This record gives sequence, C-alpha cells and structure tokens, in this order.
Amino acid sequence: MSVLIYTENWDGKFKKLSFELVSYAKEVAKKLNTTVTALSIGNVEETELKKLSIYGANKIITVTNANLSGLNNQAYTSVIAEITVKENASVIAFAHNNTGKAIAPRLSVKLKAGLVTAVVATPITTEPFVIAKKVFTSKAYAKVSIKSSIKILTLLQNAYGLNESPEAFNLETFEPILNESMLKTTVLDVNKISGKILLTDADIVVSGGRGMKGPENWGPIEELASLLGAGTACSRPVSDEGWRSHDEHTGQTGKIIAPTLYIACGISGAIQHLGGVSSSKCIVAINKDPDAPIFEAADYGIVGDVLKVLPDMITAVKELKALS
Amino acid sequence: MKILVCINNVPDTTTKIKFVNNTAFDSNGVQWIINPWDELALTRAIEIKEAQPSEIENITVINVGLAEAEATIRKALAIGADNGIRINYDAKDSFAVAYQLAEYIKKENYDIILCGIESSDYNGANVGGMLSEILEFPSVSSISHLDIKEGKLILKREIDGGQETLSTQLPFVGIVQKGITKEPKIPSMRGIMTARTKQLLVIEAASCESLTDFIEFELPKPKAACKKIDPENVRELVQLLHNEAKVI
Ligand SMILES: Cc1cc2nc3c(=O)[nH]c(=O)nc-3n(C[C@H](O)[C@H](O)[C@H](O)COP(=O)(O)OP(=O)(O)OC[C@H]3O[C@@H](n4cnc5c(N)ncnc54)[C@H](O)[C@@H]3O)c2cc1C
Repeated sequence: MSVLIYTENWDGKFKKLSFELVSYAKEVAKKLNTTVTALSIGNVEETELKKLSIYGANKIITVTNANLSGLNNQAYTSVIAEITVKENASVIAFAHNNTGKAIAPRLSVKLKAGLVTAVVATPITTEPFVIAKKVFTSKAYAKVSIKSSIKILTLLQNAYGLNESPEAFNLETFEPILNESMLKTTVLDVNKISGKILLTDADIVVSGGRGMKGPENWGPIEELASLLGAGTACSRPVSDEGWRSHDEHTGQTGKIIAPTLYIACGISGAIQHLGGVSSSKCIVAINKDPDAPIFEAADYGIVGDVLKVLPDMITAVKELKALS
Repeated sequence: MKILVCINNVPDTTTKIKFVNNTAFDSNGVQWIINPWDELALTRAIEIKEAQPSEIENITVINVGLAEAEATIRKALAIGADNGIRINYDAKDSFAVAYQLAEYIKKENYDIILCGIESSDYNGANVGGMLSEILEFPSVSSISHLDIKEGKLILKREIDGGQETLSTQLPFVGIVQKGITKEPKIPSMRGIMTARTKQLLVIEAASCESLTDFIEFELPKPKAACKKIDPENVRELVQLLHNEAKVI
C-alpha cells in the first residue's frame, strides 16, 4: 500500500503546490500507516527531485517520455494508472488545479476509484474514508465518503500548507507503455509569460477592481506587489473591460486562490468575487464605500479613496522593509 | 458536425446557501440557472453555428436531472440550442452523471461534446473528464478558445501563466472555462417563442452505482468583524499586518 501523488514542475522546477501536496500526503500516509510515492513527469534535475524527499516522499518515480512532453489527458491517465497498480497505491492525490482537474476524473473512471475534488483537509476518518471538501464556491463544506478501495483526491491549494518531514532520497525511473490510441491530442504551441509570479503560487496577492477607475492607475498596484513579492489579480469586470489580462481574473468564474494575504483595492466584494478569494488567510479591503460587502469578508479595512491610500501604503511598506 | 452541450441546473450564484438537517441542500425559494460555465460553452457553440452555418449541423443540450430542470433546458433552447434531452435521474455524484451521459452518447454520433469545467453547486470539476474516459475519447480541459475552420478544431487551453494551442481528433470532449466567449448569450423574445416548439426528449436512466456519498454539510464559521483603520494613518495598517496578522 502507499499514497501516490502527482507532482507538477514548471520548466524543471516544482511548484509550491507540489511541496504542499507531499506534506499533505505524508500526513495521510501516517494515518494509513504507509509511505508516500511522488510521481514526476518530465525533465527535472536530481537536486530538484530531492526536494520532494524533504517534505516526506519516501520514493520518487520519474517518467521522461517524448510523448508526454505536453499534457495529454488520456496518456497521463494511463501512465498514472500503471504506476498505481505497480505501487499498490490506495490513495492518489493531485493538486486542485488545471492539471489535477484534467486527469483525476479520467483516472477515477479507469481505476473505478471514487474521487473527491477540492478537499480542504486530511481525511476525518480512514475507515470509512470520509473527507471534507468545499461546495457552493466556498459558501459551504461537505463531508463525503468514498466507497471504493482506491481513493482519489484533489487538494485545494494552500488548504494544508508546507511541512518538512525529511526522508532518504530514493529515486526510480519508469518507462510507461503508451500506444497510438492514447495520443489523440497534440500541443502545437505554448505561449507563457515568464518572470511573473504565478497567481496561484503567490503568498500575497494585490488585486484591483473597477474602483481603480482605469488601467492607467495600475502602477501603484504593481509597485506594491513587487515590494511585497506578491502576485497581481483583478475582479471580473476589470478583465472583461480588458484593463488587465484574463489570467488575473479571480472569483467564482476565474481563478480560485487562497494566499496568506489578499489586498482588495476598489473591489466591491460581490459574492461571485468572494467565492474565489474567501479562503485567503487575511483579507485587507480598501474601498470608499463603508457599506461595500468586501468589508464583511475582510480582516482589516480602510474606508477611503484607493488612489490616495495606495501611495501611502507603498511608503509605509518601504519604511517597514528598511527597518527589517 | 454535431455538438452536444452538457448543462447542469444549479442555484443562482447569489443564493444564500442553507441545508435541511445538514444533510441536504435546502432548495426552498431557490432560483435555478444554467451552470455558468455550461452557459459559456453553449454560447460559444451557438456563435460558431451562427458564423459558419455550414460547419454545424446541430446543437443539442443534455441534462441529467429530474423534471424541475426542464425550465433550465428550455432556457438553453431559447438561447439557441436546436433540441434538448433530459435523462430522468437523480444523480448522487458526478460519476453517476457521467455514466448516464455516456450511456446516451454511445448510441449517438456527436463530434464535439462540451462540458463546463465545474458546477457552481458541488464544485466537482469531474463530469467532463469522467465522461471522456468512459467513452475513451480524447479530452482537453480548461479550454479558453474554440473555433472550427474547414472541419478542423482550433483549441486553446489555459495553463499557469499562459496558453497552449492544441489539435485533437474527433470525437472529443471539450471542458471549457471562461474566456471561451465574452458574455453568455441572452435569449431573445423570438428565441423564447421558438423554444416552446423545440423538441425536449425525456429518456429513462440506466442503472448505475455511485462511488461516493455526501454525508453531511456545514456552513463556514462566521468571521470576526473587520478592523477599520483611519485612511489618514495607513502606516498603522502596515504595522498591524506585520505585527498582529504576521503576513508581511
Ligand atoms: C455568474 C456570475 C459569475 C461571476 N463571477 C465573477 C468572478 O469570478 N469574479 C468577479 O470578480 N466577479 C464575478 N462576477 C461579477 C460580480 O457579480 C461583480 O459584478 C464584480 O465582482 C464587481 O467587480 P468590482 O468589485 O471590481 O466592481 P464594482 O462592483 O463596480 O465595485 C467597485 C468598488 O470600488 C469602490 N470604489 C470606487 N471608486 C473608489 C475609490 N476611488 N477608492 C476606493 N474604492 C472605490 C466602490 O465603492 C465599489 O465598491 C460574476 C457575476 C455573475 C453573474
């Protein structure tokens, strides 16, 4: 028996969510009295792979195969199913991101394994296997039991956090069996913005809404974000208007994020927006309307003109950084 | 080409969520809508058909649900789907929904099957992927652009920090997210009139077992009141974030 996780790399580097997933799997494995196997697909150097063992992976399996260079849902599913059988895995965990959402459901059918997505914690009990997930866009939680012998989970990002639990580095390579019939989709072109902090990876996010008045006013948001090492986000109307790019749109129909700090600038806090950010550990709201619903979700708030408050905030953060 | 759009019937996004005995969603007084992502998928399919009538033979919408979902299916017909299907089944989990859909699709010959990336009720993000695996069709998830040129699909999918362009063989399951179209299409008066005459076929469900059980629901704990800081003293906010919340 083992807990198998799918780790994801970004140009050869693991994302924070992968380390979080190992940390999480380690606790699940302890509850089940078993070990953690981490699967990595693609070219990752040994020094990077080693990091997975710091968070508790007992074994790391790497697969490098030219046919797997782009995400192909069918082929990835087949590879992970093969490894599940080989490792006799009883729990398989993914991050609840685009990749996890693409593969986990397919794997669930292939292995006849019950799937619970967007889980927020380790299982409440393991016999029967009961786990909590978010529902209604974070407006509620549900406890779900999985009846099959193999269980598949996707972990909501930042729901668990990082936890070191060093294990010996134990690396294995695996050559999967792939046939033509699995290779029906092809990635033709990749267009990535590099050098930017990924919104879903960011610990701090500075976000702007319609209250920012126009794209020309985003300078202070970017400056504050770069001072704090933060990612930048926006509300839906802002991306719909084309003030900011679509990958910044957060909320129910955009990205769901859970940073430690979310700074909402000129965002009213509509329920659909909150759906994507309400799991943040600390929320700061700057809004000129004292009755804006964002203040109900916020931990700290300033009722005032965001275009005046932001420059002061930048100054204060600079002072703080100069002291520490 | 024939397109099938899978639509879910979900509570309006502004619904105040309540449960009966913490074991079932309280649907009392709830307004039902087409799941927002499914509505985007449908809108895009209709846009393609309107722009290139020769490429698309037919757009069907399908729902797995009970009779109360029919108003939502009619709305999809009013938006512009050609015909609707309801599989009469009260599914207990996403696998059961995917299974019912697959049983129907196996007997038909759709080229493109579209699903939304998730449902705003149980936030599964499951049905499209499960369906494709049961059917052994290729699937592409997080699709933010879809077009058809000379019988070939052009797809873009969102990845962290960017986009990929893909090609796929048909039939295929496309799992769409926002970006695929700007705004959901609103039914016109004429659309609403003609929707009444369009076919809405009800079919009986196949027997199937679920792999998971929802056993209990819970509302999040209420949040402590927001601490207000004077706009003339922003330094205090930064101090609190540093010393009290310890987040910067
Ligand atoms: C099905 C559906 C899905 C949706 N999904 C999403 C989603 O995923 N994400 C999302 O964000 N929205 C979503 N929406 C839209 C959502 O309902 C709101 O319309 C949107 O979040 C509002 O964006 P906003 O806060 O930027 O703008 P507004 O609501 O216009 O708010 C602007 C705020 O800025 C304040 N303001 C104005 N000027 C200043 C100033 N000078 N200084 C300080 N404050 C100022 C105002 O007081 C106001 O509170 C969805 C809607 C629907 C129907």
